[in-house]
Amino acid sequence: MSVKVIEVSDLTKKFGNFTAVDHIAFDVMEGEIFGFLGANGAGKTTAMQMLCGISMPTAGKGTVAGYDIIKENEQIKRNIGYMSQKFSLYEDLRVWENIRLFGGIYGLSDKAIAEKTNTLLKQLNFEQERNTMVKYLPLGWKQKLAFSVAIFHEPRIVFLDEPTGGVDPAMRRQFWEMIYDAADRGITVFVTTHYMDEAEYCNRVSIMVDGRIDALDTPAELRRRFNAETMDEVFQQLARKAKRGE
Amino acid sequence: MIEVENLNKSYRKGNIKALNGISFQVNDGEIFGVIGPDGAGKSSLFRILASLILPDSGMAIMNGLDVVKDYRKVRQIIGYMPGRFSLYQDLSVEENLAFFATLFHTTIEENYYLIKDIYQQIEPFKNRRAGALSGGMKQKLALSCALIHKPEILILDEPTTGVDPVSRKEFWDMLGRLREQGITILVSTAYMDEASRCDRIALIRDGGFIASNTPQGIIDDYAEVLWSVEGTQMSALLTALRDHAGIKTSFAFGDKHHVTVEKGIHPNELKQYLADKGFGDVRIAPVEPSVEDCFMALTN
Repeated sequence: MSVKVIEVSDLTKKFGNFTAVDHIAFDVMEGEIFGFLGANGAGKTTAMQMLCGISMPTAGKGTVAGYDIIKENEQIKRNIGYMSQKFSLYEDLRVWENIRLFGGIYGLSDKAIAEKTNTLLKQLNFEQERNTMVKYLPLGWKQKLAFSVAIFHEPRIVFLDEPTGGVDPAMRRQFWEMIYDAADRGITVFVTTHYMDEAEYCNRVSIMVDGRIDALDTPAELRRRFNAETMDEVFQQLARKAKRGE
Repeated sequence: MIEVENLNKSYRKGNIKALNGISFQVNDGEIFGVIGPDGAGKSSLFRILASLILPDSGMAIMNGLDVVKDYRKVRQIIGYMPGRFSLYQDLSVEENLAFFATLFHTTIEENYYLIKDIYQQIEPFKNRRAGALSGGMKQKLALSCALIHKPEILILDEPTTGVDPVSRKEFWDMLGRLREQGITILVSTAYMDEASRCDRIALIRDGGFIASNTPQGIIDDYAEVLWSVEGTQMSALLTALRDHAGIKTSFAFGDKHHVTVEKGIHPNELKQYLADKGFGDVRIAPVEPSVEDCFMALTN
């Protein structure tokens, strides 16, 4: 793990007088599972949008997947995967149609899509659901499929924004096992979550407070430093210091 | 008091079963939590109790009023906060609250004492459009609107979904104070760790309750032998644990793994097995199950 897949410094975003993201700096290594935590309104979404090339920083610089976040944001979009709890797949398209759509968007050929679709459905044990409308899938299944689609084109890095919200406990863990498999294959995982047990599953975790990164380390080291039993306690200690409202 | 008997509900001409004969009671002044994943039937249940949809069969009585026959009166005595933000996005914070007060022939001033605790946190933004509020503030406004007519029963459908751990804790503190005012609270959540904030809970899956008790009662009924296993290579350790014949289930659980084991196995035996596989530094200890462990054991 020596190649930096994300490298940012002084990254800042202002909306008028409001500094949503305030000079943050960090690196993420290839194959790393990086947890990006923070309270609602701490600036996580804005920071993530800048990393994904869909929002221009007010100041600062950085690279994602080897591309400059300011000058090469179009290339970034092609080299990352993205999924969130709120938006993952098109509800009114069938399972195979969603895979085909996203495969096409990420630039795969029809032939590659067809082959990979079969493999993927087999891996997920989803062959029966090939023609099922996505809205009829249980949430846990949908999120597993959405994750597979987000890494269908083997991106260097995948961004997951609260991917497991509302998912049942066993499925949530299966989802994390898929994350581990992806990381083992060298895909870097950048993930936000409100489940503090999931923070423990990350290699390193950052915690944002009021637009800044107030802590960044391995979960074990953070627990030690804050003299806390759990990551929840670490989070409560840091996030309670927040001054700005949401 | 909420009395529910054998509620059934299906969609798409009976093809999708949302509720499978649910029965339970909620006592006056109690916080009752319905806990389970998305799609388990929580919203269908709550919408029936709020008189917004009709059950296929069964009965639900809210403080003596039938949700089907007496639906008008039911709506007077309940406050309902739906899962999706349902306030008027183009009205300001204060206009939304005044609107809901007017609907129930009351005023903000009359019942201000009831919402004060919550509303004061968003009052500085009372002229802001509701649509422009952040998630946490929307949630506080929605709760204020559900409370402004001084309901006897509060029905909250996943009020903490997508809310960070600090705000979730604050929200549950607020519910605790509302209970002290004598309001009966029925609340659903997908976060298992919120179970401990309820007086009683029901675990729901596939349209049915799989257990219902006090949180401690659910834990006391746990029938498995549960150990925590801790080491350095946690991912590889999980695979090794699953290969052991005496282990029934193994799941990651924060910084440890939780495993359920066949009766009669000694921790040292497992320790030796793991050491042989190259995991020399493993700590194994019996552990008190959480509600999440119970849910997984019951649905396994």
